[in-house]
Amino acid sequence: MAEVQRVGEIIEASTTEFTAQCYELYQMPPLGSLVKTGDSAAELYGIVYNATTTSLEPGRRPIARGRDEDSEEAIYRSSPQLAKLLRSQFGVLVVGHREGEKLYQHLPPQPARIHGFVYQCSPDEVKDFGRSLDFLNIILNAHLPVPAEELVAASLRRMSQAHDDQRAFLVAAGRELAVLLSGNLNQLNAILGRIKL
Amino acid sequence: MTERLGIVTLASLERGTDVRLDSSTSIEDMVVGRYVTIEGQKRRFFGMITDVSLGVTDPNLTLTPPDVSDPFIAEVLAGTSTFGTIHVTPMLTIGGDAETILEGPQPVKTIPGHFSAVKLASESDIELVFGKEDPQRFHIGNPLDMEVKLCLDLEELVKRSNGIFGKSGTGKTFLTRILLIGILQKSKAVNLVFDMHNEYGWKGTREDGPPVQGLKQFAGSRVAVFTLDEESSKRRQVSADFVVNIGYDEITPEDIAILRTTLNLTELAVEAAYELRKKLGRSWLRQVTELNDQELEEALKGTAIHESSLQSLKRGLSTIGRLGFVVPKAPEDAVKRILDCLDRNINVVLEFGRYREISAYLLVANMLSRRIYNRYQQRMEEAIAADNEAMKPNPLVITIEEAHKFLSTEVANKTIFGTIAREMRKYNVSLLVIDQRPSGIDEEVMSQMGTKITCLLDNEKDIDSVLAGVSGKSELKSVLARLAPKQQALIFGHAVPMPVAFQPREYGSAQSYKDFAPQKEAEEDIEKLWD
Repeated sequence: MAEVQRVGEIIEASTTEFTAQCYELYQMPPLGSLVKTGDSAAELYGIVYNATTTSLEPGRRPIARGRDEDSEEAIYRSSPQLAKLLRSQFGVLVVGHREGEKLYQHLPPQPARIHGFVYQCSPDEVKDFGRSLDFLNIILNAHLPVPAEELVAASLRRMSQAHDDQRAFLVAAGRELAVLLSGNLNQLNAILGRIKL
Repeated sequence: MTERLGIVTLASLERGTDVRLDSSTSIEDMVVGRYVTIEGQKRRFFGMITDVSLGVTDPNLTLTPPDVSDPFIAEVLAGTSTFGTIHVTPMLTIGGDAETILEGPQPVKTIPGHFSAVKLASESDIELVFGKEDPQRFHIGNPLDMEVKLCLDLEELVKRSNGIFGKSGTGKTFLTRILLIGILQKSKAVNLVFDMHNEYGWKGTREDGPPVQGLKQFAGSRVAVFTLDEESSKRRQVSADFVVNIGYDEITPEDIAILRTTLNLTELAVEAAYELRKKLGRSWLRQVTELNDQELEEALKGTAIHESSLQSLKRGLSTIGRLGFVVPKAPEDAVKRILDCLDRNINVVLEFGRYREISAYLLVANMLSRRIYNRYQQRMEEAIAADNEAMKPNPLVITIEEAHKFLSTEVANKTIFGTIAREMRKYNVSLLVIDQRPSGIDEEVMSQMGTKITCLLDNEKDIDSVLAGVSGKSELKSVLARLAPKQQALIFGHAVPMPVAFQPREYGSAQSYKDFAPQKEAEEDIEKLWD
């Protein structure tokens, strides 16, 4: 298996989702990408649904510093403490788990652990995960700060990149959505419009 | 094995099953009348597509149609949000349970379970249902859009009276010719054809092309052509085996009774005929036509025949007298000659020559049939009494055209054909009726017909009367209404396990004659060529 990329560490967890902090400012995984956490005995899979960069201390709000600087990079260069005072974190919706060899696309029995490392999934893992499309139902039914159609579309777009025949994957996913959203034509149209090649 | 078409979503024994098509199945390939099999858990069902429709999961799709010019959207929606459905009427079970395995296809008594797979019927399935060509089964045509043969069990067919219906020009005569050849080749029955239009004996006409071979050209020694009109036969270069003449004394008041409407006679005039017969004896008709008014009045003294009735009757009888084949005394008994032929297993075609008026046809067909039937009845009864199978006469099929004139509600109980149709097989005589106006035929007679073959009909009454009492009538109606105006027909009833729309096999080309010829004879012919 290719070297897996560690993208963060869990700082908040529940059964349905967890939040992870990036080690470097702004180094969060893209929206909709598939990440995993846990050990080889029990791995949790999730989809990045949201990312934020905020001040470390809730009371201290960042202030504008760039009046005399030429570029954004120059601000960070002249105030090196910023990288330590700000933090990037991302929210992950749990969409499945692996027990041993078996992959399940439903919620895990236990939530993730705090300080668990979060890794970006390799293309092979993404492909493997994409064999079943049951996770779409979890996304559609989750209550998230981002619109479900945006997240579904983003995750499918990213997942399709791991597949050799992107179009076939997207058509299959579209058909699954057509069944799930048979009573909600507008939402279906919105997603299909966002995933077509 | 054929591809899966879809799955059963709803079903009822009465209304048939709804099948939702898979997205890979093109709705435009689904044609009404095609055969499908449904793979139930315990049984396999055999049925026919009777309706095709489109469905959507969300009614909004029909109000604001998606942008299907985008192939991606079109591909995603096809078969998911938008889908095709077909309506299938299961007709038979063709495998699975013990009864079906032992006795062949059985009528359906149940329905397949939810989501059973539906496939197009394979050739072997259809063969299982309609049989292969063999010494008893005769290839009559092909189910529509299919290469497989539709074979009829002719022994079964001739056990009942049958009907061929269809508008004028839809191919009834062709179909009849094929069926007659089939009966001739593959059953023990002999035919007696009352050939009103001289179509079956030596050669027949067709609308587009040269004449086609008749039965005599086809089966030579096994067919005798009888004629009522020797001159016409000569003109058409047909060598008739026997010229039929009818003697005055062979005509009975019963024969006059069925001609009442045709000859425009009053009820009283018919009554008068019975009176005359009673008074004057067998030669009543000759006396009425030959005696002058005074002599007749003399002879009829003491009877209650009214003058006007007598005149009405005389007018009618003079129409009969003018028919060339009606002679004071017939030189030879036509019935005896016909029976001789039938006994020797020779089929008889009686040509009417120029006597195409319905009165001649009604008179002759009814008269001869009645006497032949009586003889059959007598011989059957003797055979039954002696318990001797060999004494039974050959099964006889009488073919009549314009059947509604013989079998209308008014005269069906007076003509012999009404009796034959009702009493069916008891005396080894059955009917093959050919008609273009089935609604004119008595309901009771229609209901007794074993197998009905119908070409296109477009009169509502005719369709109703042909399909009366058939299960799945409304579905069959839609199939019947969609038949091509020519050379397509629907067959249902006793001789076929389920209704089927078919295209009659070709008849008229050199190759088609060869196909009809039994294999053995064809080989002999080839051998002769080398001698």
